[in-house]
Amino acid sequence: MTDTAVVPDAPIDAPIDAARQAMLEEFTAALGDGFVASHITPGKDLMVRVTNQSWAEAGRVARDVLGCTFFSFLAGLDWMPSPYGKGEDDPTAEPVARDLTIKQGYTGGDTRMQVFARVVNPETKMALTLKVDVADDDPRVGSWVNVYAGANWHERECWEMYGIVFDGHGDLRKLYLPGDFEGFPLRKDFPLVARIVKPWPGIVDVEPMPGGGNDEEESE
Amino acid sequence: MTAVVSDRQALAYIGGQATDARVNVEIQTDDGMYLNIGPQHPATHGTLRIIARLDGEQVISADPVPGYMHRGYEKLTEVRTYPQVTTLVNRIDWLGSFANEVPFILAAEQLMGVEAPPRAQMIRTILFELSRIANIILFLGDMGVQLGAVTPVFYAFRDREHVLNQIESATGGRFHPNYDRIGGLKDDLPKGWLAETAATMVKVQGFCDELDDLLVGNPIFTQRCRGVGIIPTDVAMAYGLSGANLRASGVDWDLRRDAESPLMWNKADWKVITHPDGDSFARYWVRLQEVRESAKIVEQLCGQVPAGPIMAKVPRIIKVPEGEAYVGTENPLG
Repeated sequence: MTDTAVVPDAPIDAPIDAARQAMLEEFTAALGDGFVASHITPGKDLMVRVTNQSWAEAGRVARDVLGCTFFSFLAGLDWMPSPYGKGEDDPTAEPVARDLTIKQGYTGGDTRMQVFARVVNPETKMALTLKVDVADDDPRVGSWVNVYAGANWHERECWEMYGIVFDGHGDLRKLYLPGDFEGFPLRKDFPLVARIVKPWPGIVDVEPMPGGGNDEEESE
Repeated sequence: MTAVVSDRQALAYIGGQATDARVNVEIQTDDGMYLNIGPQHPATHGTLRIIARLDGEQVISADPVPGYMHRGYEKLTEVRTYPQVTTLVNRIDWLGSFANEVPFILAAEQLMGVEAPPRAQMIRTILFELSRIANIILFLGDMGVQLGAVTPVFYAFRDREHVLNQIESATGGRFHPNYDRIGGLKDDLPKGWLAETAATMVKVQGFCDELDDLLVGNPIFTQRCRGVGIIPTDVAMAYGLSGANLRASGVDWDLRRDAESPLMWNKADWKVITHPDGDSFARYWVRLQEVRESAKIVEQLCGQVPAGPIMAKVPRIIKVPEGEAYVGTENPLG
C-alpha cells in the first residue's frame, strides 16, 4: 500500500504524524462525500467520522484502498451521561439533578449514539478507527458483514446491547442475552437494578484520610 | 426426525430441547447429525454451548452460544470509580489476570497524563509475562486432556504452581493480583524475588521440554490436531483473530514488538514465533514456543530491574478525566 510507513520510528509527541496524515488523505479521496470529521493522535491513532449512508462503503474503502484487512472490533457508544449517576445516592435524600448534556468525543457527533469500529493495516500496523452517527429515534446503519466477516458477532452484540439495527446483516439474533430479554442494557438509561435496589454502602463508610480532608493534595 | 428441516428449524428445536441443560440432544437429518454440546459438559471450561452439525467425525458447522459467561463488565463499570475497576478487569481471563489489569491501567494513565516510573514498568512487564506462562502452560495441558492424553494436565498444574508461587509472593494473590495501580504498583517486590524468579524460569524451560515430549511424542495427539481446524490467513484477519492464533496462521505480528508501549519488552532479546500451517497443531506449537520466549524475557528482565520509586506522583483520590484512549496489549491466549 503506502510507502510512507515510518510509524514505528515516529516519536509519540511528534506534532505532525505524516504517515497518518497521508492515510487520512487517501481515505477521504476515495470516500468522497461520506467524510465528516477526523482526528489524529500523533503516533497512536487516526479517527474518522463518516456519514450514516456511507458507513458500509467506508468499510470497503478501508479494506480495499487502505489495506486495513485486519478487523479489530465494532461496538456501540452511548454518549448520554447516566441519569442514575454512579449509583451512590442516598435513597432517602432528595433526588439529585444531573447534567444530562450529551458531549461526544473525538471527531464530534450530532446524535446520542454512535457506532465505531477499528481496523488495522497488517503491513504498516497502523489502525483506522471509524465512527458513525446513528439517529436517536431509529438507530440503524449499514452492515459490515460483507466487508469483514468478523463483524457478524460484533454487530449482533451491538444490536442486543444498544438496539442499533444493522441493515443487511440478515442474522440479528441475541448473542449473549437470553432470547426473551427486554431492553438494551448498555444504553445509559437502562438502570443497573442491583444498584438501585441496594445502594452502594461504601461511599458513606469512607474514613477520612489521616492528616486532613484535602482530596486534591499530592501524595508524599 | 426424518423430515427435511432447515438449519434454523433444527437449531431452534434442539435449542428448545436442551434449555434445561440436563440433556444432550442429537437429531439425525438428511444433511448430517445435529448435536447439542453443553452448556455444562465434561469438556467445557466455563459454560459454553455449541450446537454442531456433524458428518461422521467432522464438524460441518457450529453455532456457539457464548452468553452463559457474560457478566456485563461494561455496565458494572458505569457505577464504579477507576481504582475499583482493576479488580473487575483481572477477572476477565482469570488464568492470565495480571495481563488484563495492565491495558486498563495504561489507558487510565494515558487519560490522566501520568507515567509510571521505570521500575514499575519493568515489574509490570515481568508479571505480564509470568501470567502468560502460567496461562499457556495450563492451556497446553488441557489441550492434551481434550485429545485423550491425560498425563500432561497433571504436569501442567504442577508446573504452573511454580509460576503462581512467584506471582503470589510478589502480589499476594495467586489468581487475582490486583497489584497494578494508576501511576505504578501496590507494593515493591519482596527481597530475593528477582533471583528466585530467574531460577524458576530455568525450570520452566524444562517443563516445556516435558510437555512437548508428552504431547508431540504421542502419535494420537499429533494425528488429532495436524490438519484439523485450518484457519487461512485471510479468514483469520477478517475475523479479527489475534495473538498466538493469528501467528499460527502465518502472520508475523506481535504487539509486544510492534506497538508503542511504555512496557519494556524491547529491553530483552526474544523472537516472535510464527507457523505457516494455521491448524490446531500450529496453534499448539506457537503457544509452546511462546512460553519458552516468555521465560527468556523474564529471565533477562529480572537482571535489569532499575532501582527507584514504584509509584508516580498521583493525587490520593484518583480522578481520571473523561476522554478516549486506546491501548492494545498481547493477551496470553490471543
